[in-house]
Amino acid sequence: MLGVTGTRSPIATPLNPSASIVEIRNLNYGAGGRPIFSGLDIDIPRGRITAVMGPSGTGKTTLLRLITGQVAAESGSIVVAGEDLRSVRRADLYVLRRRMGMLFQNGALLTDLSVFENVAFPLREHTDLPERLIRQLVLTKLQAVGLRGAAELMPGELSGGMNRRVALARAIVMDPEILIYDEPFVGLDPISLGVILRLIRRLNDALGITSIVVSHDVQEISTVADVVFLLSGGKVVARGTPQQLHSYPSEIVRQFMGGLADGPVPFHYPAPDYFGELLARGEIP
Amino acid sequence: MEELWTSLIESLVGLGDVVRFLLRLVAESPRALLRFDLIAKQIYNSGALSLVIIMLSGLFVGMVLALQGFQLLQRFGSEDALGTAATIGLVKELGPVVTALLFAGRAGTALASELGLMRATDQLSAMEMMAVDPIRRVVVPRFLGGVIAMPLLAAIFSVIGIYGAQLVGVQIMGVDAGSFWSQMRASVGLSDINEGIVKSCIFGVTCSLIAVYEGYYATPTAEGVGTATTRTVVTSAVIILFLDYLITAAFLK
Amino acid sequence: MAKSRTLNLGTGTFVLLGFAALFFLTTQTTSRGISFASPPHYDLSAKFDNIGDLKVGAPVSMSGVEMGRVTKIDFDSKEYKAVVTMRLDARFNQIPTDSDATIYTQGLLGGKFIGLTAGGAETYLKDKDQIEFTQSAFVLENLIGQLLANFAKSSADSGKSKADAPAAAAPKSTEKTQ
Repeated sequence: MLGVTGTRSPIATPLNPSASIVEIRNLNYGAGGRPIFSGLDIDIPRGRITAVMGPSGTGKTTLLRLITGQVAAESGSIVVAGEDLRSVRRADLYVLRRRMGMLFQNGALLTDLSVFENVAFPLREHTDLPERLIRQLVLTKLQAVGLRGAAELMPGELSGGMNRRVALARAIVMDPEILIYDEPFVGLDPISLGVILRLIRRLNDALGITSIVVSHDVQEISTVADVVFLLSGGKVVARGTPQQLHSYPSEIVRQFMGGLADGPVPFHYPAPDYFGELLARGEIP
Repeated sequence: MEELWTSLIESLVGLGDVVRFLLRLVAESPRALLRFDLIAKQIYNSGALSLVIIMLSGLFVGMVLALQGFQLLQRFGSEDALGTAATIGLVKELGPVVTALLFAGRAGTALASELGLMRATDQLSAMEMMAVDPIRRVVVPRFLGGVIAMPLLAAIFSVIGIYGAQLVGVQIMGVDAGSFWSQMRASVGLSDINEGIVKSCIFGVTCSLIAVYEGYYATPTAEGVGTATTRTVVTSAVIILFLDYLITAAFLK
Repeated sequence: MAKSRTLNLGTGTFVLLGFAALFFLTTQTTSRGISFASPPHYDLSAKFDNIGDLKVGAPVSMSGVEMGRVTKIDFDSKEYKAVVTMRLDARFNQIPTDSDATIYTQGLLGGKFIGLTAGGAETYLKDKDQIEFTQSAFVLENLIGQLLANFAKSSADSGKSKADAPAAAAPKSTEKTQ
């Protein structure tokens, strides 16, 4: 077992538990008969940017849904900002979610509302603020992501990168304590990538929040993350700073960080013997 | 044989799901009514935008009804009863049923694909994450919009149909205008109109329910949205025709 | 915003059209709906031996002019007669007290209605009065029964006068059958 919080490993640096805003203990979760997580332990430190990485299919997005309470774990505990998700009621869960902001993979803006209305949506739904104040808040957040001038456009008129930035503005409009990014770099051109990276860092520092980034873009995330968790096979296989992970003494970590085609995660999908299969088709005269 | 049994069980489970979904929608309706602007917009989408197809169809159906009815009644020398025949046929059967089928095709598919798309692009999940209940904000207004729009559309269909019947019967086939209307007034009762209204209300609930259910639970892919749309039309059509029989039989007592 | 204005206009128009259609259907196509305020009226009753399939709501007319409707049908268990209550428009308040009420059939096979024929009395029927003279409905089965009875009777009469002819014919026919 590697890199699990609490084990005496020369590389892992255990943090003070009370400084963790999300504590996951011994989490088990499966879907469709397959186990996705077994005995997962993760501590997300407060006020930092934490990256969760892993090969495709390790359930990174599922982890986010577990943290936000959209799905329930089979066993184990998840404590978010002091609330135990096993015992939380639906109404309290909704209150908790207002303290979190989430950026979805494709932005997930409401297509029938304008950019302004999209960012204003949480304010209108949850607060009774006067229109004037809503307007100021929305414009401020749009300014932070650099899209104040696009306030009157519709989501369909925006590029992918701009979509995501608007979604980011929407995610921070209620001043959350935790910001969650689900694969924010997918499909972006280098410039937009740079913009998003910069925003992640600046927002985290300027607003004093905790950021959790799920991604598999090793290069990009290494530039901004403070702590990285590498998941594989339903467990944490590595934990540490990006620099520590690059020189981690583990095959799977090295395959992932180095982008190697073959290794513990095999290139070939399991198949019967190659020559056997080629020859079996032919008729022997 | 075993396949039949399993598919029967599956259908019952599905039916149970749909009924529980309906109960949830009904439970959320009072609070959704507070946001009447959302419902009004959905009444526009489901009702006002369907007006053209409903009115056109109503006109043609009424005209055909008059043509066929006239031929039939002529054999018994009762052409004067055309007004009655057309009105009863439209108000009790054709109005509710044809409107419901057209509604399923136009408004139902729009609802299903809208919700399916919102599901596929994570908009519904985003709302859940923003602590907004998507059922209350997005699904119930669409459901109520359809429920309110259907009976109104059916009534408009029947009225335009009667006009079309009158157009063919009186203007073209030569039925006496006075007899057309007076016989109708004498023979058509409020109970007939009631039956038509009850039918269109029940159909409204059915079509809207099926449409929003399929859309909300669509598989979040492009394929899934397409499947949801076709299933909406097919399921709605079958259930409407089945319910039509039940309601007509029930009223016959 | 202009967009929401057209939206509201569209919705409002649609809903208005819908309710107008419902209103039209309930009032213009049925016999009940046209009167908005109930005009002044008075009630009369009449007893019949047989009302046939006269229904509540059937029209009551005199000289072909509709004056009112049947409102209630009861049974008098003392006299074993049907008691029909009808409501007439108060405009038609000069019906003589010796008028009679007959149940007719609309057209050949239509529904039943009540026709009033004026008598010659100087006084007029008032609210809650009873029409004395009535004629029951025409029942088809009775007519057929009567016709058959008449036919049987007339053939029996003619049979007596020609008693010889059938007797003379009988032996011939019996020979034929052998």
